[in-house]
Amino acid sequence: MASIAASKAGSDRNRTFLAILIPVLVLFIAFNTIPLLTGFFYSFTDSKGYGAFEIVGLQNYIDLFQDARVGNSYLFTFKISVVSTILVNVISLTLAIGLSSKIKFKSALRGIYFVPRILGGLVVGYVFSYFFTYIVPALTGTTSMLASKEWAWVAIVVVLVWQACAQTTIIYITGLSSVPEDVYEAGALDGATGWDKFRYLTFPLIMPSITTNMVLVMKDMLMTFDQIVAMTSGGPAQSTESISYLIYQNGLNNSQFGFQCANAVIFFIVIAVISIAQTKFLNSKEEQL
Amino acid sequence: MANNTVPAKVKERVNWPITILLIVGLITIIFPLYMAVVIALKDPSEMTNDIAGILSLPSTWSLDNFIEAIQVTDFFNSFMNSLIITVAAVVISVLVHSLAAYAIGRNMDKKKLFKASYYFIVAGMYVPFAILMMPLVKQTAILHLDNMVGVMVLYVVFYMPMNMMLYTGYLRNIPTALEEAARVDGASTWTTYWKVIFPLMKPMHATVAVITGLAVWNDVMTPLVIMGGSGVNTLPLAQMNFQTAFATNYNLAFASYLLAMLPMIIFYIVAQKQIIGGVTNGAVK
Repeated sequence: MASIAASKAGSDRNRTFLAILIPVLVLFIAFNTIPLLTGFFYSFTDSKGYGAFEIVGLQNYIDLFQDARVGNSYLFTFKISVVSTILVNVISLTLAIGLSSKIKFKSALRGIYFVPRILGGLVVGYVFSYFFTYIVPALTGTTSMLASKEWAWVAIVVVLVWQACAQTTIIYITGLSSVPEDVYEAGALDGATGWDKFRYLTFPLIMPSITTNMVLVMKDMLMTFDQIVAMTSGGPAQSTESISYLIYQNGLNNSQFGFQCANAVIFFIVIAVISIAQTKFLNSKEEQL
Repeated sequence: MANNTVPAKVKERVNWPITILLIVGLITIIFPLYMAVVIALKDPSEMTNDIAGILSLPSTWSLDNFIEAIQVTDFFNSFMNSLIITVAAVVISVLVHSLAAYAIGRNMDKKKLFKASYYFIVAGMYVPFAILMMPLVKQTAILHLDNMVGVMVLYVVFYMPMNMMLYTGYLRNIPTALEEAARVDGASTWTTYWKVIFPLMKPMHATVAVITGLAVWNDVMTPLVIMGGSGVNTLPLAQMNFQTAFATNYNLAFASYLLAMLPMIIFYIVAQKQIIGGVTNGAVK
């Protein structure tokens, strides 16, 4: 009797779990998997986004690799992503060490340095756009960076770094606070000070935070969109078109639906490969230490 | 006695050089905001072409720009739309994602279907919006979801992978003994979840609410492609439309930027601890 009751309860339990799982899976498939597969399908067509279309096989992919504008958007996106990721991590780690030391007004300082994280990328982009268009030229006597093909990317990097440092710093502060005090005490006995103390004691112990921050920041930077819309609209002369921006602009507004779907498929693969490779590589560094 | 005197000796002195450096560094954060405030408070006639003219305090403090910006950007409507979308996305995410994570987390070690579902959903983290965006524009139009409801549904799906990972991770630390006790008392799985497990996950609900809320509130791309041009705006969309129409009146523009930032700044002042904690937990876990 007891075992029958138990198995009945067990099957009730299973039924409840399935009743939860199935609708959630259906929802996820409907608005994630299906559009993903549809996008994949359209990447083999010459669809303009409306009207009739034909299957063109791999033509979009072949064109993609010969398209200068697409190539430039990848170069631009990688350039700003790598530069920003390095800058954000160096600045944030420095800030975090400062904010973790014995200072006055600690919580107020931490609170204010975090503010950029809560603001929207679009509006921050607009504010900085004014800064680069009017304030910087007035100070330096030069023309606006945003109007220059050579310098516009630097302005974009400044905004990206300004916003991304907030969260990265907080994660480093958490990482630093988990380093036990006696590690430093033992290090001090061995004469470790200054740079050596950082290099041999702090650095290895905060490797998990470095992994987290590198991966998170890089992924965000690769998907840059808002700041481009706010500051340059991809210009001047298409020199600041990020991949997301190009897909949006030409896929939805300039009738390259099928072609940009192919671009998006490549972009998806790039994001997945970079994120996974980065995690694997940095994790292996963690294990060695 | 001895113990009381030791900490006083060991106690380090305040590191003033670092404190001062950090205070000076605040300029980088405060300057853009200061610039926004003074320009927003000025009359256009006060703007000269040199920096002093742009950055000096206004000679008369006036809120006229704000009043005009509220009208031009239809601020209260956009604000309400953003608020409705954000609150709905957060509440549904907390309820649905935690429940789904419970079903999956409690079964994935034993049952292949649940384990596969977990990896299937979590892998969604690597799918950039750029690839979903184009098909979703068509799909939401066909389903008549090219509106606020559609945008909410999409957010619930987009943040599912990350929230699923956060919740299942957290559930591992909640012993099953509690549920088993409730089950012995005759409670159904459903009741057990809402009465026992859901309240226990409160710290993770806060984390999920903060990161989902921040992301949704500030998101531009989803409402832009799904309901752009429909006349219904979120705050960022209203900013974009405003920018194309009135970008040359900088005083008015900055008033509207500040209005767009203000709700989040106020919320941050009220719930700073929860927001910082949520963002940190969400990233580190």
